[in-house]
Amino acid sequence: MARSGNHPRGNVSLERRAWRIRRYAVRMAAVQGQGYIGQALGVADILAVAWFHALRYRPDDPAWEGRDRFLLSVGHYAIALYAALIEAGILPEEELETYGCDDSRLPMSGMASHTPGMEISGGSLGQGLPIAVGMALALRHKRNPAFVHNLMSDGELEEGATWEAAMAAAHHRLERLICIVDFNDQQADGRSREVLSAEPVEEKWRAFGWHAQRVDGNDIAALVAAFDRARALSEPRPRVIVCDTRMCRGVPFLERREIAHFVRVAPEEWERALAALDRAEPA
Amino acid sequence: MSRGTGKAVRRTTSAMIASLDAEGRETREAPFGHALVALAREREEIVGLTADLAKYTDLHLFAEAFPERFFQMGMAEQALIGAAAGFAREGLVPFATTYAVFASRRAYDFLCLAVAEEGLPVKLICALPGLTTGYGPSHQATEDIAIFRGLPGLVILDPCDAVEIEQAVPAIAAHPGPVYMRLLRGRVPVVLDRYDYRFEIGRARLLREGGDVLVIATGFMTMRALDAAARLAEDGIETAVLHLSTIKPLDTETILEQCRRHPLVVVAENHSRIGGLGEAVAALLLGEGIAPRFRQIALPDAFLDAGALPTLHARYGLAVEAVVRRIRGWLEE
Repeated sequence: MARSGNHPRGNVSLERRAWRIRRYAVRMAAVQGQGYIGQALGVADILAVAWFHALRYRPDDPAWEGRDRFLLSVGHYAIALYAALIEAGILPEEELETYGCDDSRLPMSGMASHTPGMEISGGSLGQGLPIAVGMALALRHKRNPAFVHNLMSDGELEEGATWEAAMAAAHHRLERLICIVDFNDQQADGRSREVLSAEPVEEKWRAFGWHAQRVDGNDIAALVAAFDRARALSEPRPRVIVCDTRMCRGVPFLERREIAHFVRVAPEEWERALAALDRAEPA
Repeated sequence: MSRGTGKAVRRTTSAMIASLDAEGRETREAPFGHALVALAREREEIVGLTADLAKYTDLHLFAEAFPERFFQMGMAEQALIGAAAGFAREGLVPFATTYAVFASRRAYDFLCLAVAEEGLPVKLICALPGLTTGYGPSHQATEDIAIFRGLPGLVILDPCDAVEIEQAVPAIAAHPGPVYMRLLRGRVPVVLDRYDYRFEIGRARLLREGGDVLVIATGFMTMRALDAAARLAEDGIETAVLHLSTIKPLDTETILEQCRRHPLVVVAENHSRIGGLGEAVAALLLGEGIAPRFRQIALPDAFLDAGALPTLHARYGLAVEAVVRRIRGWLEE
């Protein structure tokens, strides 16, 4: 079990954090009978390591000036970030019942104007990294040592603005900028590698002047090492962690299902999904 | 001058340098750049960003005065606006500059979602609005207002001259939300100094009274309207000129008050006749049941020619002579 002894919320294992994030996400998706549950289950380990190992923040003051920024470029992953924000104590657990409902603070695509802890309005894919570049420049200008993390999907590697921002980040030596690419090899029209391959991914980032790592995004120990390396590095370069993840991770019967951008789950299957998670409850 | 056009047409305003300074009027150099430098001395939160066009948007003055507050984003307008949103999120007040074509056509989605949807105080200052360059459609932002008017919460400014630009800069910085200003750069004419003008976001100002026709003008077309009014006055035609530099939000009260008093209303703008001030005023009047005769002086719904500005302004009806001729014609209808 990986614990983060030096993190203020390191009293619970990261595996258990990830498990709880998955559980919250499944409960949220069950409210609407739909939702981006495949992505949420896949990215849960990354969020567990980010929010309970790497990031510094104050749950009772989400806008604390000293916080590490976490930008959700891939807006439809909001269900997963809401789950992490609940686990972090920034959002109340009972609010998950409102996911995607009228007038909820938890819209299906994340918006900064709606939700505490949501730094930007993602969803127009490819916008996160340019905004992160501006925030990282601004933080350095303010002599604020906070990190800026941008979570994006592999599909967003196809957006030109991502690479505009990648060039700018390297040119301006934004060493407090950490980009996390959730490489689940899935986008709206099919497998990312078939829609428009971004490979070789790490080489691309390195050619743009970044420090690049590629890890198994469902391996918590590997993620911990990658985040540690990215944060501790002394090189004046922005960092990217490309994380290969598996859609629906943690719910075996969904993992075996034909994977799509929108994973179909029948009404009676939500309870089955929770039961499957509960059978694998970590310590 | 290699074409040897002789003395008949002196095409000194080349397509290369877009400027309105060749008309023998008093000008001021880089009013935006100087005003921003002066303001930034008092307001530390102001930063400047550009997409490889500092020299061509007068932002180089700010870059020279405050190198540590100037951020070059390279020729990348989406990154420019995205980064400006990031600066604004962190409590700074970014002035981001590029050309109006690139901001409106290429970076629109970023202005929409990263900036306007969140009401962030990004100040987008863009040169070459409408027909202020002879470079042709790649550089002529003839539809920028049409593109931006639909953005909720975005203030849109089209200043007339150097005086107004100087006054607008502090007002833009003080405004809590996003602002788009169409920039006149380089040597900019001085027009409003004789009118005891005080710029205010959202306020139109009647510069000249007259009972025969009301011209509602924006941007440098106010200069043209005033010149036209002086010529028409020689023939006894009294032209009122309402200067309206805030395209959005519209000063509906002043527009309605003036339009009620005039049987002929002409809206003059340096923009396509589609989606600009003309249509905004027309919709307002129709909605209020006020029905003066309504005419537009605007650019055609077309991709415009390249060439020298005086040639093009005459060709597309923005020159003073064209304004005079058309108003006279409408009065005789």
